[in-house]
Amino acid sequence: MTATLSAESLSLGYGANSIVTDLDLALKPGSITAIIGANACGKSTLLRGLARLISPATGRVLLDGTDISSLRTKEVAKTLGLLPQSPLSPEGITVAELVAQGRHPHRRAFSRWTANDDAIVAESLAATGVLNLAERVVDELSGGQRQRVWIALALAQQTDVLLLDEPTTFLDVCHQIEVLDLLTELNAHRGTTIVMVLHDLNLAARYADDLLAVRGGEVHAFGPAEEVLSVQNVKEVFGLNATVITDPTSGRPMVLPLGRHGVRTEILTG
Amino acid sequence: MSALERPKTTAAAIERVATVRRRATFRARVVNGVLIGALLLAFSFSLAFGERIYSAAEVGRFLAGQPVPGAAFTIGELRLPRALLAILAGAAFALAGVTFQTLLRNPLASPDIIGITNGASVAALFMIIVVGASGLAVSAAAVAAGIGIAFAIYLLAARAGVVGTRLILIGIGVAAMANSATLYLLSSASRWDLQGAMRWLSGSLNLASWEDVAVLAIVSAVLFPAVLALGQGLALLRLGDDQAAGLGVNVERSRRLLVLTTVALAAFATAATGPITFVAFMSGPIAARLIGPRQQVLLPAGLIGALLVLSADLIGQFAFSNRYPVGVVTGVLGAPFLIYLMIRSQRVRGSI
Repeated sequence: MTATLSAESLSLGYGANSIVTDLDLALKPGSITAIIGANACGKSTLLRGLARLISPATGRVLLDGTDISSLRTKEVAKTLGLLPQSPLSPEGITVAELVAQGRHPHRRAFSRWTANDDAIVAESLAATGVLNLAERVVDELSGGQRQRVWIALALAQQTDVLLLDEPTTFLDVCHQIEVLDLLTELNAHRGTTIVMVLHDLNLAARYADDLLAVRGGEVHAFGPAEEVLSVQNVKEVFGLNATVITDPTSGRPMVLPLGRHGVRTEILTG
Repeated sequence: MSALERPKTTAAAIERVATVRRRATFRARVVNGVLIGALLLAFSFSLAFGERIYSAAEVGRFLAGQPVPGAAFTIGELRLPRALLAILAGAAFALAGVTFQTLLRNPLASPDIIGITNGASVAALFMIIVVGASGLAVSAAAVAAGIGIAFAIYLLAARAGVVGTRLILIGIGVAAMANSATLYLLSSASRWDLQGAMRWLSGSLNLASWEDVAVLAIVSAVLFPAVLALGQGLALLRLGDDQAAGLGVNVERSRRLLVLTTVALAAFATAATGPITFVAFMSGPIAARLIGPRQQVLLPAGLIGALLVLSADLIGQFAFSNRYPVGVVTGVLGAPFLIYLMIRSQRVRGSI
C-alpha cells in the first residue's frame, strides 16, 4: 500500500529564478529520508516541489508513476500528506477540531461526518499523545504540544507519504527527539514513507534511512548516512571543516564541526 | 511500548472526540437558527411598521395574496422591496467582507475598507450622471469597476512580493480617491437631492424599487450558492496556503473564484443601494465570534449582514425625529467596532 514518489529532471524556481535544476530522485517506499543542506540550497523548494506546491519549470514529479500535476489535488491529498514549516491555527480552534481537518481529502463536499471519521481522529490524537488535550484551544499549547497536534492532523489524513518541512525547528532538544521518535514509529508501524527537511545532521543521521544532501539546487549525495556524511561531503555541502566519528549510542556517523574556536588547538593544527 | 502500539483506540476516546465535534455543530445550528429567527422577525416588523401600522394578521394576509386595504401600495410598493433589498444587499456585502478578511487574514481587508465598494459606487454614479444609463448597464459598470479595482490593488500591493498590510494601506488610499470622485460627480450634477447623494456616499434604501430587487435577487440566486460551495476551501485556507494545498485545496483556483464571485456580489449590491458603510467589515468578525472557529462562517456572516442592514434601516427610519439613511446608522455602529478590531489585531494574529 505504500506509494512511490520520484522526480524526473525536475527544475523548480520562482519566476526566472531557478532554484532546483534538473534533479532526478527516487525515494524508497517505506523509508525515512532526511533532506539536508546549507541555507538557501533549495531543500525547502525541493520539498515544496515534491508536495506539488510549486509547479515544475521543467520535468515532473511522479506519484506511483503518474505525473502529480495531472492528478486531482484532492486525490493526491489522500496519498501525500504535508506538514508545512509554519501552519496557522485559526484563533480559538480546539485540538480535536483542528485534527479533524485532516479528514478533508476523504470526505465529499457537504457529506456527513461519520463515526469512522471520529475514530480516526481519536486514533491520531492517541498516537501522538494529545488525546488528553482534545478540548484545549491550540493557541494556548506549548510549541512541542502544538507540533504533535499538527502531526496528528497529518495522521488523520492517512497518507502513505508524509512530507515535513523542518518539523523540529523551534523545539527544544527533548521535543525534537519526541517528534522524531513519533515519526519513526509511524514509519515502522504503518509503513509511511517520510521525507523531511532537517537542520541537525546528527539527528538526521540517527533517524533517517537515507540522507539527501542538496547543494546549489542539485543532489550532491543520496544514500545511507554512512555514505553521505563523509568529511569531504560535509565540506562541499556546508563549506564546513568537520570530523566524522561513529555515534557510540546509535552506531551511525556523527559530525563534529571544526570552527575557528572552541576546538583543542592540536586538532586544528594537526 | 511505543505510542502507535497502544491498545486500540477506546470507545471513550472516540466519544470524547465526537463530543467536541457535536458541541461545535450544535452551537453552529443554534446560532444559525437564532439568526434566521431574528431575521424573520425583523422582516415582519419592517413590513408592519411605518406611518400606518399593520397587524401581524394583516401582514400575513397580504403576503398570502389576500386583499388588505391600502397595503398594496404601502407594503407592496414601499416596504416589501425595501426590506428584501436590505436582506439581499446585507448578505451580499457580508459574504464579500468575510471572504476577503479570511483570504487576506486581516479584518481590515474588507471590500468596504479597501476601496472596492467605493470604486463600484463611483462607476455606478458615473454611468447615471455622465452617461445617463440606468438598470443593468449601471450594475455592469459597478461590477467591472469592482473587479478592476480589486485587481489593481492586488497588482500594486503584490509588486513587493508581500501582500497584507501593504495591500490594505493601498486599498485605503484607493477608497479615499474613490470617495473624492464620488463627491466630485455629485457636486457637478445639480439635480441630486441630499437623499440621492447619500446613497452613493454611504448607502441608502430610500430609492429601493422592485427593479433593484429583481436584479439583485437573480444575481444572488446564482452567486450565493456558488460562494457557499467554495466555503470549505475558504475554511481550510485559514490553516495557511501550504497546509490547505496539502489537504487537497486548489489554492489558486479557489482564491480566484472566491474573489470574482464576492466582488461581483458586493458590486451588484452597491449598484442597488450604494456602498452601505461597514456592513462587509462587521459581519464576518461578529459571525466568527458567535459560531466558533471550525464551523463555516459564511452562512452566519450572510445572515448577520442581512440582519444588520434591515435593523439599521428600521432604526434610521423610526428611532429618531429625523430619518437617516441606513449607511449613517451602520457607520455609527461600525466606527467603534473598527477601533476595537484595530486594537485587537495588535495583540492577536488571526484572520477574523
